[in-house]
Amino acid sequence: MMTLTELPIGQNALVSSVDNKNAVTKRLMEMGVVPGVSVEVIKAAPFGDPIEIRVRGYSLAMRRNEADAVRVSF
Amino acid sequence: MDENSQNRSLTIALAGNPNAGKTTLFNALTGLKQKVANYPGVTVERKEGPWTVADTEVKLIDLPGLYSLDATSLDEQIASEIISGKRDDLGQLDAVIAIVDATNLERNLYLVTQILELGVPTVIALTMIDVFERELHEIDIDKLSTLLNTPIVPVNAKTGRGSDELAAAVEKVIGTHREPPPIAESESTENGKIFARYKFIAHVVQETVKHNDESRHRVSEKIDRVLTHKFFGLVILVGILLLVFQTIFSWSSLPMDLLEHGFGGLADAAKSLLPEGILADMVADGVIAGVGGVVIFLPQILLLFFFISLLEDSGYMARAAFLLDKLMSGVGLHGKAFLPLFSSFACAIPGIMATRTIENRRDRFATIMIAPFMSCSARLPVYTLMIATFFAGQTVFGFVSLGAVLMLAMYTLGIVVAIMAAFVLKRTILKAPPPPFLMELPPYRVPNLRAVFQNMITRAWLFLKRAGTVILAISIVLWALMYFPRSSSEAVTPPAATSVGAVETPEGVTLTAESEQLKNSYAGKLGHAIEPVISPLGFDWKIGVALIASFAAREVLVSTLSIIYNVGKDENEESETLIQAVREAKRDDGRPSWTPLTALTLMVFFVLAMQCMSTLAIVRRETNSWTWPLFMLAYMTILAYLAAFATYQIGKLLGFE
Repeated sequence: MMTLTELPIGQNALVSSVDNKNAVTKRLMEMGVVPGVSVEVIKAAPFGDPIEIRVRGYSLAMRRNEADAVRVSF
Repeated sequence: MDENSQNRSLTIALAGNPNAGKTTLFNALTGLKQKVANYPGVTVERKEGPWTVADTEVKLIDLPGLYSLDATSLDEQIASEIISGKRDDLGQLDAVIAIVDATNLERNLYLVTQILELGVPTVIALTMIDVFERELHEIDIDKLSTLLNTPIVPVNAKTGRGSDELAAAVEKVIGTHREPPPIAESESTENGKIFARYKFIAHVVQETVKHNDESRHRVSEKIDRVLTHKFFGLVILVGILLLVFQTIFSWSSLPMDLLEHGFGGLADAAKSLLPEGILADMVADGVIAGVGGVVIFLPQILLLFFFISLLEDSGYMARAAFLLDKLMSGVGLHGKAFLPLFSSFACAIPGIMATRTIENRRDRFATIMIAPFMSCSARLPVYTLMIATFFAGQTVFGFVSLGAVLMLAMYTLGIVVAIMAAFVLKRTILKAPPPPFLMELPPYRVPNLRAVFQNMITRAWLFLKRAGTVILAISIVLWALMYFPRSSSEAVTPPAATSVGAVETPEGVTLTAESEQLKNSYAGKLGHAIEPVISPLGFDWKIGVALIASFAAREVLVSTLSIIYNVGKDENEESETLIQAVREAKRDDGRPSWTPLTALTLMVFFVLAMQCMSTLAIVRRETNSWTWPLFMLAYMTILAYLAAFATYQIGKLLGFE
């Protein structure tokens, strides 16, 4: 199992769980990143961080620190 | 509608995600009759306007955009309290219009499920339906309405099409009671509830939406291949910033000149119309000169807000935050701090107001605390005067103008100190874990010019209101400090007809009287009093008077120096006579007041010192305490003093005088 940070750019995956890591976990879920949803990493910003993902048909940017809490599988 | 609700004015709120077209719809429904105020005790803006439902005028409130009722930012918290009926100043709402962006249905419906769970009478306004259908998707609105058990009205936020149907639907739900749908009530944990809501939404969307074209038109993604490119993205960002600044300064110069002349004329008119005496002096030299000195920045502020609204409305601002977040997080700031800091190059006031989008209080305060280090437009007259007086025509390496190098050095000094200050603040009094960064990158859209102009007008009005209150009061106080106590100026100014000399140079005579007056005024006495403190910086008491005056507003330095050196008030920073006067000014012991080193020291002081009453007033309002503005005044001014001290003393050691 890998985290969203490790997911290669352009690769689709399903969210399997969101770690109860910090305050941002709840916000991530409210924004639609919940178990079972399909996500794709679109790109990383110029200095490698943050990353842009596509989820539920829209673009969401987050730092790698946040993305680490999201576990994905194929 | 039941009888109760007809006896009082109805309150209806517009709620929705950011970027869903909420404010555009609000503008379309209420037109220009909007009121902007603050919610009591907080700095969240409360926008309301009149709207007509069933031939009755109702109060329509535009809530700040929010993703969820479990708020993380101050804006969201207020919106959430209003929808839940927890705010005493509004009470229970009569209805909520939930704005739902059809192109981003699932996430938009999340807030809707939360609102429905509250049981408030709700109507859904479905926006962006034209874009949605252009992308070849189909949506069964009737079925969606049945599944959500809520009326849905498709609207075009830009044209206002569908607003009559919206009013009719709202009329029907007012006064009705509805049972909250059992979406998440069986769940006990927060995360469980969120999961249950999205499960419900996924089911609803699957039943009602048909994606005909699976490849989807990802126009924004194509644009982003260039605009958020690892290399070109940054180059374009810098280019856009330069273009915006260049345009602000070049477009605003003509209206600023006109305003300056206008206020000059107004002051002359006041002097000639009012009976000579204290009232005429106060109106012309205190009120008109003081307020006018600030109002001439209105064109710059209007242009700045024009570009900010344009960049924000198009969706680019979020990209800029995305590109720069890594750099900002290096010193512990949020990517969203970029916009406030950028705005502060024009003026720290709109910059500090723009920090409201930063959710975390400590991140927000850290941004506020460093925003005034960005060289604002009020510092320009000071830099220009010093450079024109002492460094004009000189070059570095034979071809680069020394003036341009110094100007760039001043801007850089401000940025470097801001970065260091943020670094220290975020590790000491504003210590917090790295701020979570979770931000939607909305699709690019053609900016709605009407909304852009409306935003400009609202900002301009807020700015003018402040100029009419806070700045007016400060101007009068400052004028009084320079005007009282009256020295025997009437005796110094001879009656015009008695001597031939006086007739020939009446101006020179009154001006001498004026500088005599200044010397003996409270301001002059203050200047003498602080001389021991400022002499290690190479400043004499006259510069001290100008310094004290400039703590109200930086650009006041130029007009105060004109008074001190008898140049007359219509001089500006580039006028030959003021430059001449500064060059020739002598200390009480006969040495020149100014040297290139003093000029450089003064510029360094102006980069770092907190010399702006309006900024302090805004910081007081935004932080809701006197501690922060006083801290800002103290730490910035101490830093400025130390840096100026170092500049002067090191300069002297190196042999400059």
